[in-house]
Amino acid sequence: MSNRSVIPFGPQHPVLPEPIHLDLVMEDEKVVEAIPSIGFIHRGLEKLVDKKDFNEMVYVAERICGICSLGHGLGYSEAVEHIMDIDVPARAKYLRTIWSELSRIHSHLLWLGLLADAFGFESLYMDCWRLREDALDMFEASTGGRVIFSVMKIGGIRRDVSDEMLKDFYQRINKMEEDLKTIAKPFLLDKAVQTRLRGVGVLTAEQADALGCAGPFLRASGIARDIRSTGYCAYGDVDFEPIISTEGDSYARTECRIKEIFQSFDIIRQLIDRMPSGDIDVPVKGMPNGEYMMRIEQPRGEALYYVKANGTKFIDRMRVRTPTFANLSGLVETLKGCDLADVPILVLTIDPCISCTER
Amino acid sequence: MNTEFVNVNPENIIDESQKLKFAGYHLMQQCATRVPDAYELIYTFGKDLEVKQLKMTLPEDQEISSITSIYPCAFIYENEMHDLFGVQIKMINIDYEGKLYRTAIETPFK
Repeated sequence: MSNRSVIPFGPQHPVLPEPIHLDLVMEDEKVVEAIPSIGFIHRGLEKLVDKKDFNEMVYVAERICGICSLGHGLGYSEAVEHIMDIDVPARAKYLRTIWSELSRIHSHLLWLGLLADAFGFESLYMDCWRLREDALDMFEASTGGRVIFSVMKIGGIRRDVSDEMLKDFYQRINKMEEDLKTIAKPFLLDKAVQTRLRGVGVLTAEQADALGCAGPFLRASGIARDIRSTGYCAYGDVDFEPIISTEGDSYARTECRIKEIFQSFDIIRQLIDRMPSGDIDVPVKGMPNGEYMMRIEQPRGEALYYVKANGTKFIDRMRVRTPTFANLSGLVETLKGCDLADVPILVLTIDPCISCTER
Repeated sequence: MNTEFVNVNPENIIDESQKLKFAGYHLMQQCATRVPDAYELIYTFGKDLEVKQLKMTLPEDQEISSITSIYPCAFIYENEMHDLFGVQIKMINIDYEGKLYRTAIETPFK
């Protein structure tokens, strides 16, 4: 009979840029159960609604995470705009969408780099992060920031982007696309990489749906659920289909994210081609009164923003449900039965963002 | 998107959740909001791109049943509501008993 033992994984681990702890219950080299534990860096940002007014909360939302910063500002702003019945100008919606897709590109490239690092491909890791710099440069040129952008506001955006800059973005996107075609090959075709990813941590479509998973982690199991399909921001004006894979393993998650980067290039090009002219914001009058649950598709998956306002400048409640929080249940399921050596890769394949989870 | 909130009695949460489970909905989130002498709980369920939201007012001194027997992934949300707000939830499948979050003060959002 096998002996059972418990191996602590994290909160500090080479594959974890942020702290999360797992108690791995082992039978020899196999994981039979994983018990997650979070809360090492919980900041209680949602509680700041008591001290910051509803406009200032945009900055707080942006500071939930350094990777998904733009999306958090967007989700919160859209929720308040729905409550106040504000019609954001079309140009602002288009620019919000372009920045959202740039966020997806840099987030997925960051993740690909971390994955390459995890299976020991150092040059590939640096290639991914070098390419990611191009996306950050575009952010810096258009918003003034590389991590926290502070470009979102209730009623629109703070900075316009000139047509010349958009043309330049178009060229840069084309160049990035060519570079990514080269970088993607080792991830998708290299046999050593496939050995580490194929058949590892399989999550079936039924499991992924029942566990409430989100984002590429869900879509890699064959479920075509992408909140961009609801048409929020300017997504209603672009042509795209959710990217899915069917195998539900670590390779499928990698493939999904790579295809999503290519899709983001295409969406940005469509938006630049159709960019309307006009204002980038509208004046905001009065105070929000009501409640709304906004859904957006962050790079890591569906994020929910609940805002409850009472007609004063301080809102009652802001609640953010981040994709990593939803994917923890799926992670625990995929870890069951895997080898100890595969645990780091599996933790990585949900693309964990602990800052988001510990908002 | 439909973001209407449907008011339900907290005592009926198991029945309501079960109906949604049978109808093919997955759990998207659970959250609490503090109101005078009570909590306002919102449970969000989704099916494809459709959303249903159940809203309950739970008196501060009352317990609510866990829905982890129907939606096992609810454990993470229910532990969060317990740790941050002090919502009393009975029969959570994986109950961290106040140790999911490491907070300097007990139930800081209460």
